[in-house]
Amino acid sequence: MKQNRKMVTIDGNEAAAYVAHKTNEVIAIYPITPSSPMGEWSDEWSALGKKNLWGTIPQVVEMQSEGGASGAVHGALQAGALSTTFTSAQGLLLMIPNMFKIAGELTPTVFHIAARTVATHALSIFGEHSDVMAVRSTGWAMLSSNSLQEIMDFALISQAATLESRIPFIHFFDGFRSSHEVMKMEQLTDEDMRAMLSDELIREHRSRAMSPDRPVLRGTAQNPDVYFQARETVNPYYDACPAIVEKAMRKFEQVVGRKYELFQYFGAPDADRIIIMMGSGAEAAHETVEYLNAKGEKIGILKVRLYRPFSAEHFLNAIPKSVKQITVLDRTKEPGSTGEPLYQDVVTTFSEAFINNKMPLPAYPKILSGRYGLSSKEFTPAMVKAVYDEMKKSQPKNHFTVGINDDVTKTSLDYDPTFTTESDDVVRALFFGLGADGTVSANKNSIKIIGEDTDFYAQGYFVYDSKKSGSTTISHLRFGPRPIHSTYLIDKASFVACHQWFFLEKYDVLKSAIPGSTFLLNSLFGPDEVWDKLPKHIQQQILEKKIKLFVIDAYKVARQTDMGNRINTIMQTCFFAISGVLPKDEAIKAIKYSIEKTYGKKGSDIVQQNYKAVDQTLANLFEVKIPNKITSNFEMPPTFSPDAPEYVKNVLGKIFAGNGDELPVSAMPKDGTFPTATAQWEKRNIALEIPVWEPEICIQCNKCVMVCPHAAIRTKVYEPILLTNAPSTFKSIDFKGAEYKGWKYTIQIAPEDCTECSLCVDVCPAKSKSEARVKAINMKPQPPIRESERANYDFFLNIPDVDRRTAKIDTIKGSQFLRPLFEYSGACAGCGETPYVKLVTQLFGDRAIIANATGCSSIYGGNLPTTPYAVDQNGRGPTWSNSLFEDNAEFGLGMRLTVDKHTEMARELVENLKGQIGEPLAGELLNAVQNDEADIYEQRERVKILKDKLKSINSPEAQSLNSLADNLVKRSVWIIGGDGWAYDIGYGGLDHVIASGKNINILVLDTEVYSNTGGQMSKATSRSAIAKFAANGKPTAKKDLGLLAMGYGNVYVATVAMGSNDLQTLRAFIEAEAYNGPSIIIAYSHCIAHGINMARGMQNQKLAVDTGYFPLYRYNPMLAVDGKNPFKLDSKAPSKPLKEFTDLETRFKMLEKSYPQRAKELSVLAQGDVNARWKMYEHLASSGDGAEKK
Amino acid sequence: MDLKTTYLGLKLKNPIVPSASPLSYSLDSMKQLEDAGASAIVMYSLFEEQIAHERSELLHYLSHGTESYAEALSYFPDVQQYNTGPEEYLEHIHKAKKSLEIPVIGSLNGVSVGGWIEYAKKIQDAGADALELNMYYIPTSLDVSATELENKYLEVAKTVKNSVTIPVAIKMSAFFTSVANIAKKFDNLGINGLVLFNRFYQPDIDLEALEIQPNVILSTPQALRLPMRWIAILHGRIRASLAASSGIHKSEDVIKMLLAGSDVTMMCSALLKYGPDHIKKTLADVEQWMKDNEYISVQQMKGSMSQKSVADPAAFERANYMKSLYSYK
Repeated sequence: MKQNRKMVTIDGNEAAAYVAHKTNEVIAIYPITPSSPMGEWSDEWSALGKKNLWGTIPQVVEMQSEGGASGAVHGALQAGALSTTFTSAQGLLLMIPNMFKIAGELTPTVFHIAARTVATHALSIFGEHSDVMAVRSTGWAMLSSNSLQEIMDFALISQAATLESRIPFIHFFDGFRSSHEVMKMEQLTDEDMRAMLSDELIREHRSRAMSPDRPVLRGTAQNPDVYFQARETVNPYYDACPAIVEKAMRKFEQVVGRKYELFQYFGAPDADRIIIMMGSGAEAAHETVEYLNAKGEKIGILKVRLYRPFSAEHFLNAIPKSVKQITVLDRTKEPGSTGEPLYQDVVTTFSEAFINNKMPLPAYPKILSGRYGLSSKEFTPAMVKAVYDEMKKSQPKNHFTVGINDDVTKTSLDYDPTFTTESDDVVRALFFGLGADGTVSANKNSIKIIGEDTDFYAQGYFVYDSKKSGSTTISHLRFGPRPIHSTYLIDKASFVACHQWFFLEKYDVLKSAIPGSTFLLNSLFGPDEVWDKLPKHIQQQILEKKIKLFVIDAYKVARQTDMGNRINTIMQTCFFAISGVLPKDEAIKAIKYSIEKTYGKKGSDIVQQNYKAVDQTLANLFEVKIPNKITSNFEMPPTFSPDAPEYVKNVLGKIFAGNGDELPVSAMPKDGTFPTATAQWEKRNIALEIPVWEPEICIQCNKCVMVCPHAAIRTKVYEPILLTNAPSTFKSIDFKGAEYKGWKYTIQIAPEDCTECSLCVDVCPAKSKSEARVKAINMKPQPPIRESERANYDFFLNIPDVDRRTAKIDTIKGSQFLRPLFEYSGACAGCGETPYVKLVTQLFGDRAIIANATGCSSIYGGNLPTTPYAVDQNGRGPTWSNSLFEDNAEFGLGMRLTVDKHTEMARELVENLKGQIGEPLAGELLNAVQNDEADIYEQRERVKILKDKLKSINSPEAQSLNSLADNLVKRSVWIIGGDGWAYDIGYGGLDHVIASGKNINILVLDTEVYSNTGGQMSKATSRSAIAKFAANGKPTAKKDLGLLAMGYGNVYVATVAMGSNDLQTLRAFIEAEAYNGPSIIIAYSHCIAHGINMARGMQNQKLAVDTGYFPLYRYNPMLAVDGKNPFKLDSKAPSKPLKEFTDLETRFKMLEKSYPQRAKELSVLAQGDVNARWKMYEHLASSGDGAEKK
Repeated sequence: MDLKTTYLGLKLKNPIVPSASPLSYSLDSMKQLEDAGASAIVMYSLFEEQIAHERSELLHYLSHGTESYAEALSYFPDVQQYNTGPEEYLEHIHKAKKSLEIPVIGSLNGVSVGGWIEYAKKIQDAGADALELNMYYIPTSLDVSATELENKYLEVAKTVKNSVTIPVAIKMSAFFTSVANIAKKFDNLGINGLVLFNRFYQPDIDLEALEIQPNVILSTPQALRLPMRWIAILHGRIRASLAASSGIHKSEDVIKMLLAGSDVTMMCSALLKYGPDHIKKTLADVEQWMKDNEYISVQQMKGSMSQKSVADPAAFERANYMKSLYSYK
């Protein structure tokens, strides 16, 4: 029944979600990379009113965690719904308890899993099988999709099989490589799905559901007498399951035409060596098998599709009789095991077959085990070949690794990186772009054009940066006449496009270009002048590889065609014009059609601008006549400071340069521990313009320094003598103020670290008397002043920091003389969170221990290669760790408990050793108050003396005290995370921790959405805002976390918004830290996910407060002790309607555009929320309610 | 007493029409205006900038930061269908037409030929009885001549006029070298009415922030002299209807404008100041004046003191300047 099905070009997540949404009634979701888009698609489709197969719109609900999602699904299933969820990694692990239940109760469901690394020594968002392997004991069936087409097909097959078998299914595919790859595929139709899914089985599922009309009891507690027997009742279902899946595959073949087997063999029928594996890597292996067999090898690959229940019978039947050697490849690591899971299953199966005389092969095969592809490590045909070659050896390595250089335990196989299976008739194109220049979007569009308008197969995979500002993207596109199995990056490119000139200085963009390839360069320089401007290594490769070079000044064309700086359409047109994928005219027609499709609904002028850009492109695209000789002496400058310590330079520098794959095992720390203060060595130079200081205009308020999200604008006061060797362009002026009378003052920019967000300029209150547009800092082009400012900044850094004891820390001006110990993070330009984090490090960083919830702050805080957490001149600074998303409050509390315990132990030891230490010192150590910087300084001095003294005391107690003595200096424990953590997944823990009464400081960076995973709704999201998972506007009000915390009476609570009241922010941080009990600061953080002008983020904050959207207050239990009202309202009554704020932000405006009527209704309610909250706070402020609580 | 008048071919029950203002933001206040006696309502303006910028702004912010970072390839749900222009405005007209009896005049504000003009047709489709095109352009370039500028105005006027079948009025600026000539040119294009004059938003300086801040100052009765002169001059010399705007606060102002030759008088500042019921009072006062002075209809009054009709036509010309000086003495 072969139908004419629609060909679609989509990614793996969409393929899975498409079937899931069609075949379910209740969908419970929670965001986690890389599975989030499946939930997002489901939510959007339901918001748009898309119906499932049975004509109803699936209900999609976001839960507070994956644990919650699995609980909701469990309940939905019990009540008889067809229900599903999507997840990855830790998310799947949080579902384990419910998974045991669901399977134990024989409940049909399919969970779609984008398989991802479970965090161990480090978090990784990338693909491997450690998560799905961790749930193999739950009793779920496990079906593995290797390719994108399989994802769509297996989503349906598993749905059919679960209904019949009653065994719940995990349908999994590789995170990123499969979930995010874009590929042309055949879309299943509703008829296909109906044909596969039996209505009767669905009715049976419903009939088993809970209903008061036919009441049952499920979920009992059982005792040793019967539990065991009851547990064995399910065996027949597991026994039957493989045949049911096989039946579903047969049916699928009849309906759709594609043939699948539980274990599917590809390769020579008489192969002597085979690989057994599952996941996307099997496609690369498949491709290699075909290539090598064509060259005379006799090898094969067995793709495992149904991994659980593991059918020994089907498995053994699938192995060719000729096989002598087998290598089982696992994409996971189980330290301490006898081998990874699939290997163990294979060995056990053969072993049992042997014992039972069922061995299908003439001889017991030699079975090897190997690990590959952890955390999306590349798995290429070269590596596959190495695996087959290894099997030929008489003494092959077992339990090997492939794809890395393990120079420690020597597990790794060598491979020849030049080996390739790429075929000449496949166009392989590499595009280097900036996140901001639309390269990826354009490429996704090109794939759609080729995939959907031609008979060509198309594949796209995109490599992104871990930095959120100035991030680079590399797109890998393949177009060819046959289905594409190449599940690995392109390293033999027939086309290379470089969309930004400055990449030539940063990357070896032609490294992967093959001889005779084409190079497209977006260049300011025309065809006649460009050659001499190219770096030497580029010229060299163009000549050696006979590369054809084309140039276009895309930014010029963009300007001429009113496209602003959007060059995506222009570069896309160039690609089509010169790559030859399609005939030029046909391609132009297709691009225009796609422009109409993409922008048609967004306004005719936008369509026209794009058309114009397409037409203008061809007139501005030139082939460069290549001279015969190298004319350039210019080499790539180092991107990582040569002054960095050796380890940092050789390891982190290599990662920064994009060569981390080359690092051997020995280069990596064994337990995930890295030095801090490393971001300083990355010189990213992403700002085209940087702030320039005008000392004469400056009023020395230091506001610019405070708001800088990247610590790239700094200030110092210092004695004039220190200017002796200052560079000629170094600026300074007399300090205004009594505290450092006669000293000099400087505001200095870090030219290579600034991200050009210009928040500093926006908040600068000082204006020139003669020219009002000139402020005390103004944005100016960076390149002309890069060198001089670099020298100035170096000089500035060498000026000693102010003595912390002398700084007026409780003023904005004074606090900003404290050195930030959080600098140059990879956060978005203009980030609203990082100024708060930076402030913590300025005020308390030299004694801070930070527990950081997973999220934006853990990514810009701790994503390799470097960390922004830094050290002061004494080598002190924040020590930082991230555990998980959900447990951060508890993680931080554990740190506090230890600090308290170790302090107590140190004090006990001081007491015990009083005689040897000497009374005055012991007394002073024990009685030190440590209320301010001077006290802390004194205590540190005492500890220094103590440690000196301890050296001469030879006792175990003295040694113990020596290791604990640092705890005598007050520690500052900070628990930092976003609203997704604090309001949702971590709320239970947070609530418990603030109820503990312990001295912890919680900083909630409240962006009102899950920012790091792309803006999903949290309980901090306000009513009427749209967010992912709230595509038609959040219908309920924001949770009042502060009020809940105040309920305890003994918790310090503050809401702050730096852009509205920086002094109140500063005071809240100081008070929170000083309070000897739990403190929570809820910090309003503007965010790129709000759809705002980030350069004006602080003004948005101000308006949020002025409209009453985010009132500021401090609740200080210490005031209650004095009989005062602990609640102080710090912002004034709303002076403007809420709409003035919401009009500034796309998250609110979009609802007006998409659902105007609903927007109207919700905005009235949202204004009501503001009014009601204000009234309540006013009441609290005036009534002294809080005082009574205490 | 017959207060009826005709403006843009629309038969109106009296000559008081609230001009574009925040009073047309809500249906409730529009209803109040109708109840108070307004004979038609000009809707608040839809700005070219609003239409064009909103589109590219949305496109920018929906795509800003996307496809850059692996965990957040986008920040908003992919809302496939959303209004790219101010559809709310059209919806508002549609609703106003349903709930009001009096004509509703849409208002578009722009100065260049571009995508925004498609909204003229959309306003018509939403049910508006007529369209007021508000054009003002601040020619800051030292190189743009008066002719170039006028041609620009005419081109926009023509494009808008050709895109709709409902009557089109132009709210024009007084700052033309030859007001009468440009009025005639608009008239020649078939423009159905001229509204004299547009009041510009003038910039102000915020002394605290040292920033330029646009703010609106309500008109004063003194402002009516300028439109009155030109209405008097144009009355009877062009086909287009004439509407007086600026400085019309009380019945005397309405009466003067009608005598000078306007078909309707447009109120804004006075209504913002005194509320919709001010229309009722003004109408009553106009009626009283007509009664006292034995006028029987607005029709009779219209233009009776226009330049064509007064004893001393030069009074509207430069000679008038000399007289003013004398009277000042």
